[in-house]
Amino acid sequence: MPSTSTKKSTLQYLGLALFAVALLIFTAMPGIDDYQLTEEALLGPFESELHQEALRMAASQTGVLDQAYETTFGLERALKQTYSNAQFIINRDIDENGVPEGKQRWEVELPDWKFKSEITNWTKTASVGPVVSNPWMWFLLTIGLGALGGLLYIIPKFSAPAGIKHDHIYHNQLTKGLDLSWRTFFVTATVIGVLAYGVSYMDDSYFWPAVTAGIAVLILLLVLIVQRSWGREPRDAGPEGISGYLGIFFGIYLIGFYVLLYWASHHIVAWVHMVDPISRMLSGNGASQWFLYGLMYTFIILVMGVRMISKYRHNKYQMLRTGSVMFFQTAFAFLIPEILVALNKPWYDFKNIWPLDYDFFFGWQLDQFQSAGAVGLFMLFWGILLVIVGVPLMVHLVGKRWYCSWVCGCGGLAETMGDPFRQLSDKSLRAWKFERWIIHGVLVAAVVMTGMTLYSYFGGSSQVLGFETGKVQKWYGFLIGAGFAGVVGTGFYPLMGNRVWCRFGCPLAAYLGLVQRFQSRFRITTNGGQCISCGNCSTYCEMGIDVRHYAQRGQDIVRASCVGCGVCAAVCPRGVLRLENSSEDISERAAAERVIHIREGEEVGIL
Amino acid sequence: MHVAIIGNGIAGVTAARWLRKLDDAVQITLISAETEYFFSRTALMYAYMGHMRWEDLMPYEPFFWEKNRIELKKAYVERVLTTEKKLKFGDGTTMPYDKLVLAVGSTWNKFGWPGQDLERVRGMVSAQDLQYLEEHTHEIERGVIVGGGLIGIELAEMLHSRHIPVTILIREPSYWSGALPPEESRMVSRHIRHHGFDLRENTELDTIHDDGSGAAGAVTTKDGERIECQYVGLTAGVHPNIDFLRDADGLELGRGIKVNGFLETSVADVYAIGDCAEIQEPRPGRRPVEAIWYTGRMMGETVAYNVLGRQHAYDPGIWFNSAKFLDLEYQVYGEVPAKGREGLATLYWEHHDGEKAVRINYEESDGTVRGFNLMGIRYRHEVCEKWIRENTHVETVLQNLGLANFDPEFYEEYEEEVVKLYNQQTGNNLQLKQKRGLSAAIRFLRRRGQS
Repeated sequence: MPSTSTKKSTLQYLGLALFAVALLIFTAMPGIDDYQLTEEALLGPFESELHQEALRMAASQTGVLDQAYETTFGLERALKQTYSNAQFIINRDIDENGVPEGKQRWEVELPDWKFKSEITNWTKTASVGPVVSNPWMWFLLTIGLGALGGLLYIIPKFSAPAGIKHDHIYHNQLTKGLDLSWRTFFVTATVIGVLAYGVSYMDDSYFWPAVTAGIAVLILLLVLIVQRSWGREPRDAGPEGISGYLGIFFGIYLIGFYVLLYWASHHIVAWVHMVDPISRMLSGNGASQWFLYGLMYTFIILVMGVRMISKYRHNKYQMLRTGSVMFFQTAFAFLIPEILVALNKPWYDFKNIWPLDYDFFFGWQLDQFQSAGAVGLFMLFWGILLVIVGVPLMVHLVGKRWYCSWVCGCGGLAETMGDPFRQLSDKSLRAWKFERWIIHGVLVAAVVMTGMTLYSYFGGSSQVLGFETGKVQKWYGFLIGAGFAGVVGTGFYPLMGNRVWCRFGCPLAAYLGLVQRFQSRFRITTNGGQCISCGNCSTYCEMGIDVRHYAQRGQDIVRASCVGCGVCAAVCPRGVLRLENSSEDISERAAAERVIHIREGEEVGIL
Repeated sequence: MHVAIIGNGIAGVTAARWLRKLDDAVQITLISAETEYFFSRTALMYAYMGHMRWEDLMPYEPFFWEKNRIELKKAYVERVLTTEKKLKFGDGTTMPYDKLVLAVGSTWNKFGWPGQDLERVRGMVSAQDLQYLEEHTHEIERGVIVGGGLIGIELAEMLHSRHIPVTILIREPSYWSGALPPEESRMVSRHIRHHGFDLRENTELDTIHDDGSGAAGAVTTKDGERIECQYVGLTAGVHPNIDFLRDADGLELGRGIKVNGFLETSVADVYAIGDCAEIQEPRPGRRPVEAIWYTGRMMGETVAYNVLGRQHAYDPGIWFNSAKFLDLEYQVYGEVPAKGREGLATLYWEHHDGEKAVRINYEESDGTVRGFNLMGIRYRHEVCEKWIRENTHVETVLQNLGLANFDPEFYEEYEEEVVKLYNQQTGNNLQLKQKRGLSAAIRFLRRRGQS
C-alpha cells in the first residue's frame, strides 16, 4: 500500500517501542520514591543554633519529620510551612529580645533564598524507596533502555543506500511543524509565562520583568512598523492547525523538563538519584541536577550523533563535524570537568566561551580561579584568550562554524537531536528582522551585565548607576541563561526549529557573527548559473537563511548567522553550493546579482 | 507601456523581474492559470515526497510582487487577439496589452498510444499534474513510467517514496542514452537498478489498458508483455504548449512559436521565450527548442531588453545543464555529445565504485578543450566555462584541474587520477599543479583571457 511514512523494519519498531517504554518509566520516576526527612538533614545547612532551634520547633509544629510523604509536592508543602513557621519564631524572638550584640538584623533572620537553595537537597536526602535503593536499575531502564531503543532504530538505517534522506519529513506529525499563527501563540504564551514566573523569581519585584516586556514590545514595533513588515505578507507554510501534534507534544515535554530542571529541581530528585553512582565514580561527589543534565545531554548527542552520521554518511564534512561535536561534548563538556572536580580543581568546560558562558566573570567564579593555583589561573587566562584572540582569529580563517557546528555544546545538541527539526526555522524576511534585533540585544545585555559585574568586583560597589549588579546578574541568568537558552532554546526544537537559541538568542553567536559578517574569509559560494531555485537549501537551513535567494542570483553568501553546518550544500540537487574560505573578491562576489546573461557594453556575458 | 506576460514559470518571471529592473515605469502583468505565485517547477517532486511544503517551492515571498509592482493575474488565456492587441480570458473578459511575452511552457508528449487519454495516465509538468497524482496515489499498487529522461526518473523516485513499485520502460539500451555518453548512461542505469527500480531497457510501450472504469489498469509492451499498473507516467519528452495559439492572426507556429534572434515572433510586439519558443536559426550545436530551466532564464532576461527597445540577440552561451538521478548528481559544461563527434577526443575517468566519473572532451587535432561531463562529482561552472570559451589546451586544463573541483571540503580529490589516466593513454608525463581551492579559482577567473 502506498504510504506517507518511511519504511521501518521489525527491529526498528522494537527500538521505537523500547524507547517509548523508557520514556514512560522516566516520566513516571519522580512519583515512585517516598520522602522522609530526618532532623539531621533538616538542620544540616544551618550553623546558627538560633536557626536550628527555630527549625526544630517549627518541625514539631508541622510534623514534617514524623511522616513519609508520597510526593515531592507533599514534602514541599510541609517544608514551606515549617520554614515559614521558623521564620515567624525567629522574627518574634528578635522583636521580643532584640538583635544579639554585634549582629545586624539580616544576619539573624532566616532569609527566603536559603529555603530556595536548600529545598532540592532536602528533598534529595529525604528520598527513600526503589530508586534510591537501586539507582543502577533505574538508570538502565530509562537512559540505558532509551539509548538502546534509539540505536536499534538508528543502526538499521546504515543498510539503506547513502544519500539524502528527507522522505516524508513534512508528512510526519513529529517533524511537520506549525504554521505562523500557532508558532506566534506558543512564543507569546511562553514569553508571558516566563516573565510572569520571573516576577516571583525576582522575589516579587516587577522591575526587570517589566523592562524586558517593554523591550519586547519595542522590538515588535521596530520590526512591524518602523521596518514596515506589517501588512507585507511573508511566505509562510505549514500544516493546517495542529496536525503536527506529536511535535507539539514533544515540545511541551521538553519545555516541562527544562522548567523542572531550572526552577523546580526538587521535583526531579529521583532522576538525580539514579545517576548518583556515576557521579561518584567520576568526581567522587554525589550528583546534582546539573550532572544529570550533562549526562543526558551527552548520551543524547552520542546516540543522535550516530543517527546524523547514518543520515549523511555520503558526506564526509557532515560525518567529521558530527564526530567533532560528539567528542567535544563527551570529553570537554562532560568528562574533563568532572575529573577536574575529582582532582579538587574548579569545574570548568574549556570550550565554553564568554558571553555564552555568561558567569565567567562573576565574582565567585573569578575568586574560584584565583584560589585554584596555577590551574585556576590558566583557566582564567584561557577563557580570556578565547574571547579576544581565539574567536576573531578562527572566525576570520574559517567562519563561525569552527565553534557553532563543530565544538559548541548547544550547537552539538542542535545538530544531533535537533536535526529532525532543522526545516522548521522561519525563512521569511520578517523573521530575519526580528532575529537581528533580538540577538544583538542579548549581546548588548550580556556586555552591560558583565561590565557591571567587573565594575562591582573591582570597584567594590554593589550598584552601578543605581542598579543592583546582583539583580541584573540574577535576571540575566534567569531570563537568558535558563529561559531563553534552555526552555525556549531546546523546548522549541519541534515548534520553531533546532537553532532557536543560536539564531535569536546566543550572545556568543552574535559576536562570532559580527566577525563573520565583516572580517572573515568564510562564505558559501554559488556555482555559476546552476541553481534551479528548488528551495532545498532554504528549507533545510536551520538558521532560517533564505539561501536560495542568494543562490539563484549567483551570489556568494556572507551572513552573520550562518553556522556552516553545510547541509545546504549537501541537499542541493545540482551541486550549486560550497562552503569555502578565501578573502579573494569576497565583497564583490557577495554583492550584486551575478546570474546575469547580458552585460551592456561588454560583448560576452557570463552564465 | 503595458507588457503582458503569459506564463509564470522561470522564463516569464525572469522577464518580469528584468523589465522592472530596467524600467521603473513599465506596467507589468504576469498571467497564469496554473498557480497564483511562481514556484520552482523542477522542485515539484520534493513537495510530493514530503521534503518540502508547497510554499517552500516559491522562490519569492508573496510581498515581492507587490513591492516590485508586478501584477499577478490568475486567469486562463483562451485566445490572443493579435490584431486588436488584446487577450481574451476563459471567463469572457479581455485585457489590452502594448507588448506581449508568451512564456507558456510545454506539456508532455503522447505518441498515439492506445489508452493514452485514460485516467491515471499523465505526465508530471504542472502543479495540476502533481495534485492529480496526489489525489490518485491511494489507488496505485504499481506504476509504469514510459520514457527515460530527467522527469521520468523524478516521477519514478516520487512513486518509490510512497513505497509503490515502479517499472520504467525505455526505448534505449541504457538510461537517457540519447543525451549521455554510453559509460555515463550505463552508470545511471546501474544506479537506478541498485535503488530497486524495475528498469526495462530496449522496451517500448504498445498499449495502455482500461481497467473497466476508464482508468489505466495495465500496459503491454511491444514485446507483448503485460504489466499490471494503476498509473502510467508519460515522460517521453515535452513539447511546446501552443494549441491555444493556433488561431492567433499572423503568429507563425512550428513545433513551437517561431522566433528570430531577438525572440520576436512573426507578429509585431509579440515575443516568445522559454520552453515554447522555437528559435529559427539556432546557434551551431544547439536545438531550436531547448526546454530547460537555464535557457528559459536567459531568454527571460534577454526578452526584457528587447521589449524595452534595447536590442540584444539571444545568445544561449556555452551549454550547461545539471540533474540528479536519485542520489547521482550530474553536471555538464560545453560539448559532450552522446555519440561523440568526428575529431573530438575524450578522456573518461571512472571511479572504481562506479558512481563517480569525469569526462573531458577536446579536439583531437589541437587539444582545445570542448566539454566536461561530471557524474557524482561537482565542478565549477565558471572555471569550466572560461576554459572552454578561451579554447584552452586540454593539458593546461588537466594540470590545473583542481581549480574546477567544487566538491565539499574533506571530499577526496580525484584530479590526480584523471591526469594519470591521461598520461597513461597518451604517454605524457603531466603533473597536477593545482588542487581544489577557492582563492586560486578566483584568481584564475579574474585573469583576462589570452585569446
